[in-house]
Order: sequence, then C-alpha cells, then structure tokens
Amino acid sequence: MTLSISEPATATPDERGRRQADVVAALRAVLPAHALLWHREDTVPYECDGLTAYRQQPLVVALPESEAQVAAVLKACHALQVPVVARGAGTGLSGGALPHALGVTLSLAKFNRIVRVDALARTAVVQCGVRNAAISEAAAPHGLYYAPDPSSQIACTIGGNVAENSGGVHCLKYGLTLHNVLKVRGYTVDGEPIEFGADALDAPGLDLLSLVVGSEGMLAVTTEVTVKLCPRPRLARCLMASFDDIAKAGDAVAAIIAAGLIPAGLEMMDKPMTAAVEAFVHAGYDLDAAAILLCESDGTPEEVDEEIARMQAVLAHCGATRLEVSRDEAQRLKFWSGRKNAFPASGRISPDYMCMDSTIPRKRLAEMLQAIAQMEKKHRLRCVNVFHAGDGNLHPLILFDANDADELHRAEAFGAEILELSVALGGTVTGEHGVGVEKLNSMCVQFSEQERALMFGVKAAFDPAGTLNPGKVIPTLHRCAEYGRMHVKKGLLPFPELERF
Amino acid sequence: MNDDPALRRLIDRVLTARDTRTPVCLRGHGSKDFYGEAPRGEPLDMTPLAGIAHYEPTELVVTVRAGTPLAELEAVLAAQGQCLAFEPPRFAGAGTVGGMVAAGLAGPSRAAAGSVRDFVLGAALLDGNGELLRFGGEVMKNVAGYDISRVLAGSLGILGPIVEVSLKVLPLPPARTTLRFEWREPRALQQLQQWAGQPLPLRASAWWNDVLVVQLAGAEAAVRAAVHSLGGERIEPAAAEQFWGDLRDQRDEFFSAAGDAVHNGASLWRLSVASASPPLATTGAQLIEWGGALRWIVNQADATTMRALAASRGGHATEFRGAKRDGVFTPLPAALARIHRELKARFDPDGLFNPGRLIPDL
Repeated sequence: MTLSISEPATATPDERGRRQADVVAALRAVLPAHALLWHREDTVPYECDGLTAYRQQPLVVALPESEAQVAAVLKACHALQVPVVARGAGTGLSGGALPHALGVTLSLAKFNRIVRVDALARTAVVQCGVRNAAISEAAAPHGLYYAPDPSSQIACTIGGNVAENSGGVHCLKYGLTLHNVLKVRGYTVDGEPIEFGADALDAPGLDLLSLVVGSEGMLAVTTEVTVKLCPRPRLARCLMASFDDIAKAGDAVAAIIAAGLIPAGLEMMDKPMTAAVEAFVHAGYDLDAAAILLCESDGTPEEVDEEIARMQAVLAHCGATRLEVSRDEAQRLKFWSGRKNAFPASGRISPDYMCMDSTIPRKRLAEMLQAIAQMEKKHRLRCVNVFHAGDGNLHPLILFDANDADELHRAEAFGAEILELSVALGGTVTGEHGVGVEKLNSMCVQFSEQERALMFGVKAAFDPAGTLNPGKVIPTLHRCAEYGRMHVKKGLLPFPELERF
Repeated sequence: MNDDPALRRLIDRVLTARDTRTPVCLRGHGSKDFYGEAPRGEPLDMTPLAGIAHYEPTELVVTVRAGTPLAELEAVLAAQGQCLAFEPPRFAGAGTVGGMVAAGLAGPSRAAAGSVRDFVLGAALLDGNGELLRFGGEVMKNVAGYDISRVLAGSLGILGPIVEVSLKVLPLPPARTTLRFEWREPRALQQLQQWAGQPLPLRASAWWNDVLVVQLAGAEAAVRAAVHSLGGERIEPAAAEQFWGDLRDQRDEFFSAAGDAVHNGASLWRLSVASASPPLATTGAQLIEWGGALRWIVNQADATTMRALAASRGGHATEFRGAKRDGVFTPLPAALARIHRELKARFDPDGLFNPGRLIPDL
C-alpha cells in the first residue's frame, strides 16, 4: 500500500530522468562512486522509514563518509535547488525520513564513531549515526549513561533522536533529548558549518538549540552531537500494581505525583494490551486487572527503599488489588518486558496496527479511554492502549488489516479522531514520534493559520529556499483547507471583533 | 482569557506601536533593567496582565500570565509543596514571570535541575501584528511543530511580548542539607567534578574565598547517606536557607561587594564555561557556581580578554553589570547572526519589540 505524500513533486519520467542525471553528475564530482546510489534496486531500502505505509522512491541516495563530503553534497544540491532529506537508522514512526520524489536522501549511517567520552565533564561527543544504546555502552565503564531511552534505542541514532526530540520511559525524571544535549554541530542547507548550543550550559543569543532539536531535519543537517551523561543509579526497583478500574489507576497516578514523588518510570497498560503482551512474554501479568501500573524508583539503595515504601502506601490507598515489588534486577526486567514489547505483541494479534502518540493531561485519561471504547464501536476496529502515565503520553494501537482498503480507511479516521480529541482535551497530536507526514492533517487542528505561518517563517529563517526535508511537519494553508477541520483554539481565542489591517 | 481587558489593551498597544512605528520596551517590575543592552523604546507595562490561569499540582504544570509577580507564583506553588526547580533570581525581591522567562536566568540549582528553558512547556505570545500565537502546551511531552515556546526563554523580549507561559513544576525536595569545606579553588573544582559523576543528590554548589558550600537535596535517606560519605561541616538549616536565598537573589556578600566594585568602575562578568574547566587565569574576586560551569568574576579587564578567556574553555562571557563599553554579550558567528536576523524579521517585521536588547542591531 502506498499513500501519496503531502505535496507530491510531480514530474514526467523524462523530466525525472534528466534531473536525476544532473544530480548524479554533480554529486559524482564530490563523492566516491560507491557512495552514490540511484538505480531502483539500490534505493529500495530507502523508500520508507518506520512508518512503512508511506513509501517514495528517492531520486538519489548519497552516503557521505566525511563532514567535508556532507558539506559538498549540500552545496551541490543547493546550487541545483534539489531537496535533501537527511536519514539516520530509519526507525522514525511518522515518516520524517520519507524520501522526496525529486530529492536526495542523505544517509548519515557512516557517521558512527564515538569521538570521545569525557568522564570528568560527564559528556560524550558522538557522530550523528551513533546508536542511542551505543552511547550508554561506551559510557558504562565510567559509571555513566545517556538517559533518554526511546523503545527503538538499540537501532535508532542520536542524529535521529535530535531530529525528533525523542523521549522514552524515563522522561518525567530525566527529560527528553533536548534536556540531555549540550551541543549540535552540523551544516546549514547551503553547506556552511554551524553549531547550536555549547560545551557550557548556555550559549549567547537566542536558544536555537531548542528549535533545532525536534525540527525533524528541516532546519539544518546534524553531524555531531555533544550529549550529557548521568551517573548510573546504584539501584532500580519496580512496583507492579493491578487495578479493577481504569479510572482508579488514573487517580493513583495523580496521587503519586501529589505525594511529591517523581518516579523514574510510570507506565500503564489496559486489559486488552496486558492480555496481548502476556501471551507474548509470559511475565506473569495479572490478566484480571482492568489496568496495570508499573512504577519505578531509582537512586541509592536508601533512597529507593524510602521511595518504594511511599509509592506502595499510595498505591494501596488508591485501591490496588495486587501489588508486587521486584526482588532483583531479573524480576524488574521481567516486569518491564511486557511494556517494552507492547508493539511487537500487538503485531502478533493483528495483521497491522496504527500507533497513535498523543499527549493529554493525565487527569483526562479515563475520559479518553472511554471515548476510545466508543470509537472502537463506531469504526468497528479494536484498539489496545499503553500509556506513559507519568507524562501523559498515550499510545493507542489501532488494530486493522491493511489489505482491506476499508479497514485502512476506518483506522485512519479512528486515529484522526483520537488526535482531535487529544487537542480538545488540552493535549497535543504528538508526544514523541513527531509529525513527519503522518500527522500533517492533525497539525491543522492544533495550530491556527498564523501559528503555522510563523513555523514556516522559522523554517525560512534557517532554510530560505525550503529544500531541507520539504513537505514535512507544517501543513500548507491549502492542505488544511482541504482537510476541512477547524482549528481548536484551546481557550485562547483572539478577538474576532478587533480590527486587523 | 479571551475577555481579559488587560490582553485587549496590550494588543491595542502593539497595533498602535506598529501603526506609529514606535518601538516598545516590554517591562514587568523592571528588576532586570540593568541586564542586557540598554532598554530602548516606549515602556510597555506588562504587569496588568497578571494571574495564575491554571494550576494543577498533580499534573506538575502551572499556566500563568506574564505580569504575575514571581513571588506570588512561588508562594502558590509552595503552599502545594512544589517549586520552580531552576530557582530564578529575584532582584531586590521583585520580578515577574514574563521577565523571568525573557531573561532566562536560573539560580544555584541550575546544573542539577535544568534551565528556565527546560521547564517551559508552552507559551502564548503576540507577534508584530498583535496576533496571539500559542506554541507548546500544558503537557510534558510535545513534539508538534517547532518548539517556539522554549526559544522565548532568554530572548529578552526581542521576539514579542510573552502573554502567558506554562511551566513544569516539581515537588520541593523532602530533605536538604548544606555542607561546608575549606578548600582552595583547584581542590574544590576537582572534588565537584568527581562528585558530579557519582549518583549523589547534589543540588547546588558555591565556591568563594577558599570556601566551598554544597547543598544536598532529595529523599531523606539519600541525603543522610551522602552527608555521611562527603564529610565536611554541616551548616545549621536556617543559616543555610539564608545563604542559598541570598546567593540566588544575588544579595550575598560576593554580589554586594561586586555591586560596590561596579560602582567604582569595575565590571561583573558572568562566564559560562565547560563544567570541567580548571581554574581560569584571571584577576579579581571570583564566585564559582553550577559545579564549575558558572564563574562570576569582578575585575577591570576588557571585553576582548574576558571573551577570549571564556572561549578557551568552550563558553562565553557576559558583562552582567558594568559600563558595557564593548557590548554585553559575546558576538555571534556569522551563520548564527544571519539566522537571528531572519528570525527577528519573521516574529517582529517592524522591529517593535525591545530593539537592541539582546543583540545591538536587532
């Protein structure tokens, strides 16, 4: 199945062929032959990222091996006004690395060197193609680690994490990628070297690092990242609590926060999700529970004992029907195994699933889950739910069969309805997976025309010609008009009665 | 908020400023008038736009209007056992929430807790056409579009008036203890760096006059264990609270003496450097915070010297207080300067807001 991208660049086969020949000729001058792919059979692996429903054949794939080559590719593409789409491991879930039909996919896979780990400064300087988990592995001998842990951390790269501002299950306590990155080095669209942030804790001027992190490759190309490392906690223990009612589980989450506790991880699974993961990992989850909460404490042994006791008291008070504390590391990992395998477990009970990623205020959870249950009836599809309860990030997994065109259509409508309700409840259409191409329409609901115009303005300030990953993240006015859904104003209506000139 | 007459008046003022081409100087309590390049433009009082819009302690989020006094916000949070973990300074006890975000200054806990920007979850601002724009939101995780709300932290108002901001708040730590060590600079820095690599509940540090003071904060048991392993002399809690409060608000002995020296022609420099930097080769009184990453220096040296010194340690120098003869902030490399100009033109095409406050020609 192939869906069309937002603003498909149309060209006749002849035009495409000519353009391809021009680009190949220009890039041959700056790259070795093996670093340039354009035959269809060679570029197939680059046709999509983790969002496989969207595919596009790139015009050319460039695989530079040095920063000088990255700069040269960018300069050459800029001169020809050819779009450039940077790509890491291709694990993104929103199509942020979907190729441009008439553009160059810039694969940065070869930038996989850990430049240095500075134990005293608690930083690591790594090339953009270094895998997330590899940073923690390199830091481990110093008792340090890199905190953000997206579920794809074995495969995803730090360059991709910077592009998406990736999260993970420890965000509430340890922050997102932005909070754990000091400096990003890279190139502007025209191949000029540039640095955002500093080795220090702040930098002069506007904090452009916070724009670049999470910009989905639309503002600059990242080649090297300086990350902060944290001391590895001496101990982590996990509490598993069952609830016979999802609203009670939601209240328990609020009660933990109200008690002044910030768990290292706080996750929830609903009953259908628990059933799916138990069949997959056999971790001994309570199959009778309406919801299961996983609540983790980390730190010194003294700290963990104190926190676990407080958490246990709160959860028991909130009506937990079963409470279990991990005895050792093996059991802790077992508690987590189901949660960490929620996506593959869903893949086993359904031919396809669509993963939503909205964030809502925690207190609206029960309301949201009730609404999702109604939507299951309306769209005649099943939905299982996992929830980063600590930070309100919900992952409803809509189960469908992509070979059935009507089911796909219903799944898309189901997903869009969840996202619209998330905005209406005071949340956002994407908590950690990014907009990419997948949620372009939903951006029309979350942002006004003027807000989207300013985002285009930010894009233009970095990339005047608009050739870095064009067509992603910000929907055009035209697209929003076609989508036809109203912007939800979040209680901050401008004054329609005021005259504007 | 849509019937808020204060917001309506603010929009009217922006439209008037645009139509008459009169730049404005956004101002709350004016407690940070001294900071940055000299304020220019017609003063635009932000204080009528005040009040806490939403506060949900169990969501760890507060949404507050820009003109709200910082002291008022902190009192409301404290009543629920919560705080602004980045400890923004309150100069002369004053300051508004909008000014706090626009200045982007954080206090003693910054190295451990994070910066102002790290706690911004969303913001509403006005652009140069008086349009109310909202970015981010009230949730912890949000990657919908560019993170425009966080760029407002430290922008010194040049992108537009901040109308409302949503901040992440955190519980006050259950236990706090302050320890004192008589150590010279090299030993103090070395120890701080070593401690920072260990899982210790280290929240703040200050070195001045051959004395290192550190604050431990967290779970009771963790603080007790850390006190045991670190050693040093325990400071009595009331005296410790006074010390950290004074340091945070820059009215302790060091900053008071710096104020006098500035009056007599010296400058107070703020050098933000890589945290593992060794002692800096410079003259004058020095206070070191943030585990070594922030060095306050009082001397008569010129800007070129201080900027080169900071740059040699991966950082930058700001003339925090002084005659500011050679610009306040470290000038930007050409590529970054170009992006700054372009951004300013998109937010504020007529150059109405706080002209020159962050960057002389913007």
